[in-house]
Amino acid sequence: MTDHGISGPATGAPLRAMLARVARRAEAVVLPLAALMAGFAVFSLFLLMQGKSPAEFFSLVYKAGFGTAFSWQNTLSRTAPLLFAALCVALPARLGLVVIGGEGAIVLGGLAAGALGVSLAGAPAAVALPLMALAACVVGGLWIGSVGALRYLRGVNETIASLLLAYIAIALMNHLVEGPLRDPASLNKPSTAPLADALRVGDMPGWDVHWGLLAGIAGCVLAWALIDRTTWGFAARIAGGNVRAAQVQGLPVGRLILGFTALGGAFAGLAGFFEVAAVHGSANASLASGYGYTGILIAFLARHNPLAIIPVAILLAGFEASSGLVQRRMDLPDATTLVLQGFVFVAILISETLYGRLRIFAPERWSTR
Amino acid sequence: MTDLGIWAVPLAILAGAIRVSTPFLFVSLGEVLTERSGRINLGLEGTLVFGAMSGYAVAYLTGSPWAGVLAAAVAGALFGLVHGLICSLPRVNDIAIGIAMMILGMGLAFYFGKPFVQPVAPDLPAIPLGWWSDLPQVQAALQVNVLFLIGAAAAFAMWWMFRATRVGLIIRVVGDSTDAARAMGLRPALIRTLATAAGGAFAGVGGAYLSLYYPGSWNEGISSGQGLMAVALVIFARWNPVACFGAALLFGGAGALGPALQSVGVSEGYYLYYAAPYVLTLGVLIATSSPHRAMTGAPGELSITK
Amino acid sequence: MPTHPFSRRGFLRSGAALAGAAAVAPLSALPVSAAGDLTVGFIYVGPKDDFGYNQAHAEGAAAVKAMAGVTVVEEENVAETTDVQKSMESMINFDGATLLFPTSFGYFDPHILEVAPKYPDLRFEHCGGLWSADKHPSNVGSYFGYIGMGQYLNGIAAGHATKTKKIGFVAAKPIPQVLLNINSFLLGARAVDPSITCQVIFTGEWSMAVREAEATNALADGGADVITCHVDGPKVVMETAASRGCFLCGYHADQSPLAPDMYLTGAEWNWAQVYTDMVTTTMNGGSIDNFVRGGLAEGFIKMSPLGPAVSDAARAQFEATKAEIMKGGFAVIKGPLKDNAGNVIATEGQAFAETDVALESMGYLVEGVIGSTS
Repeated sequence: MTDHGISGPATGAPLRAMLARVARRAEAVVLPLAALMAGFAVFSLFLLMQGKSPAEFFSLVYKAGFGTAFSWQNTLSRTAPLLFAALCVALPARLGLVVIGGEGAIVLGGLAAGALGVSLAGAPAAVALPLMALAACVVGGLWIGSVGALRYLRGVNETIASLLLAYIAIALMNHLVEGPLRDPASLNKPSTAPLADALRVGDMPGWDVHWGLLAGIAGCVLAWALIDRTTWGFAARIAGGNVRAAQVQGLPVGRLILGFTALGGAFAGLAGFFEVAAVHGSANASLASGYGYTGILIAFLARHNPLAIIPVAILLAGFEASSGLVQRRMDLPDATTLVLQGFVFVAILISETLYGRLRIFAPERWSTR
Repeated sequence: MTDLGIWAVPLAILAGAIRVSTPFLFVSLGEVLTERSGRINLGLEGTLVFGAMSGYAVAYLTGSPWAGVLAAAVAGALFGLVHGLICSLPRVNDIAIGIAMMILGMGLAFYFGKPFVQPVAPDLPAIPLGWWSDLPQVQAALQVNVLFLIGAAAAFAMWWMFRATRVGLIIRVVGDSTDAARAMGLRPALIRTLATAAGGAFAGVGGAYLSLYYPGSWNEGISSGQGLMAVALVIFARWNPVACFGAALLFGGAGALGPALQSVGVSEGYYLYYAAPYVLTLGVLIATSSPHRAMTGAPGELSITK
Repeated sequence: MPTHPFSRRGFLRSGAALAGAAAVAPLSALPVSAAGDLTVGFIYVGPKDDFGYNQAHAEGAAAVKAMAGVTVVEEENVAETTDVQKSMESMINFDGATLLFPTSFGYFDPHILEVAPKYPDLRFEHCGGLWSADKHPSNVGSYFGYIGMGQYLNGIAAGHATKTKKIGFVAAKPIPQVLLNINSFLLGARAVDPSITCQVIFTGEWSMAVREAEATNALADGGADVITCHVDGPKVVMETAASRGCFLCGYHADQSPLAPDMYLTGAEWNWAQVYTDMVTTTMNGGSIDNFVRGGLAEGFIKMSPLGPAVSDAARAQFEATKAEIMKGGFAVIKGPLKDNAGNVIATEGQAFAETDVALESMGYLVEGVIGSTS
């Protein structure tokens, strides 16, 4: 502990106050970073046991994830759906709800956007694109919102309900894409009819990355503002701490649960919208490609803080962007990235136990020896 | 072969229930044991997959499928132990740890499982209980694997254990109230950790059934979420091991509906039939939950039902 | 045309004006491989040891790897999303790959079509796509084999082996390539005995082990005694069918080691020859045709050696038909033929030879197949 230089309230008060402020803030940054490093360390041991070089591994991750202009584009173009998917976990988590079925909202949101886009083929993009995005939000919001409704009205466990609904959503999407909504011309990859060129979301100028990234970042900032800067968010934080106490205080717990789950689902729906409008150009089975599950990981790593989701999502996207090069250069299986994610995730969760317990971050305990 | 007509569907559901239910049964029994002690382990999917891999690998290397089952149980217990120990730390979220362990378990299984995709390991033996029938369909349906019978016996044994034994009582007390358990001189964290480890062993065996009997091979797609669904089945079964057996049979049978209907000519909309087990589970959950009272049978300390 | 900022076309035009140097910078930074050397990239949608689709391609890649002056880079389990676009570009940017084989159906549209125009000097060869000159970039090619002919031969072996006069097919999704295989399998069997029917069960997924096993059991319960499949990895179907006492016809790769006694024959890809030919052409400075197809005669596909359960009569008809197919122009789909809903597919005298592109947009199951396409 480095509190020897602080002699007493009389002389060191301003300095001490400043240090205290820094210390309190530092906890939220230092602990996750330390946990990340611990996860990397364990993973490095794992690689050493396989006779592989951790140094080579991490330099390849850096090179292919963040080292060149192409690497950044690779990483960032994978980031957009992850941001939305993580919000679908983080928002309900503020109320203490663990929603793991965001994949369902992504899939159905994308399907809704794709199907609507087909019928809006002649409409101007300025009208059609917002409508498609809205449709994705509404469908995604209803899907995850119904998880919240089941939780509040019937006491159905939201974790299990959202998971079941994700399986059901994927089955529904497959049924519609290969049946009633199938474009007969989509031969070997059953899909909805392709969107008109005007209804495609393009790349940001000068980048090989579509607008979904910017929208995702904006979504994170909005979600943060909602939680941190509004009475709604304040009420949610209280309700998340203790639902019964919140009800006693007269907080509208039901509306909060519905609102936060629906909003999370709406964000997940947007991920589907961008997958359809910016990547695939139609809705098909590729909508179910696991973004919803990676989103769980990101939200927990970011401790459900929407602003923290942004760097965490970029980091994980970087891991995934580099997994191909790692596979090719080090002859490691593609599951290596999954192992790394597992170690990092476990390490970060273990670090939860340290919050508020390390004296260096708790100024009020500096003087008590 | 006799054409059974529409009777083929119920027979297929019965056969599917027997074939497909075993992994659900083992994982949900393991989860009951864990949850009854007051913890939830959402990571049994990862344990299941790792169990499938390690069971297959050891069975291939030793030539004995039972050695594989044992290895899967040991590996599963290790995963459970790690989960239990981490969750013993204050303020660590057991649900989140479960998801993390799931990712880790699957990652490790895929990583170490690469060399075992191609080799063919020996299968677990099955007992032909359909000898009395002339119908080949019935004979095939009643090819009952030994693990299925062991799982069924374990369900009743566990039910009896919770009801009538000291160990069962201790687990229940710890699961219902940490304070009461402490007052009785018990060590809740230790007991929960042991219960989670034992639960992991069950899940590992469930995985070994997948790779060593049905479908009976190891690859990265061997599990399609059986471990996750089994956790749902525990709530469905109200933490009662015997009800888990019933729930697993029901879920397995519902899974056989899709192929069976196609084979008798109901071939449109098969995706919707394939979703039947999920719809069924959700429907029962909705019907049997209540916002006003804690779920009957729910352990008091369980984070998901508080 | 609207020039909304979200419009891709609009951006491409204005992007040039804005001198989007950042976007094209990686192009000029391509690592140049040593003269004469060629780096070839292979991308698989699943694991490359799946006893099936991906393994067949990986075996082809292994043959290319053995060639002098060629470096092969591979990636497996690459999803049909942004993933595959970036995997291609990563191979180009970091490994200097100039010839790419992204092997999954779903990689073609939009992913290859998205990436290829950015790298006009490189070559993208796709398996199964329907390349057409007026719609697609000229540095993209598509290749495929008449594997339906292999399933027809499978059907002949099955037609002789079946006692119940019912054969079974485990299929992933009702897409043209799968439907052609199902139809060919049945028509092969009907060339032996016109009373044979084929039950098909769709699993809805390219790879889902338990459902494939359940589908196989349902086929066996329904009386099918010879089974084949079209899923990515046939291992589970083969092992399950063998355990039910059914004969097997393989697909994608040779599955005979899984159940040597029950295995009749199998329709296999022979990508080793196709890939080594294409790589040789490229290394010699030649150009690969944009639309490449081939069958048994061209060595694109081959049959597994006939198993011990194949009778002499079956062997004779199998070999005679195979010789017929090797001559070229063989038609499996020929009149009079109806689909299983009673619509006429081909009238008397009408025939669709193996080379007929119309077969690649097949949307029906022929009479005698029990199942439906949606």
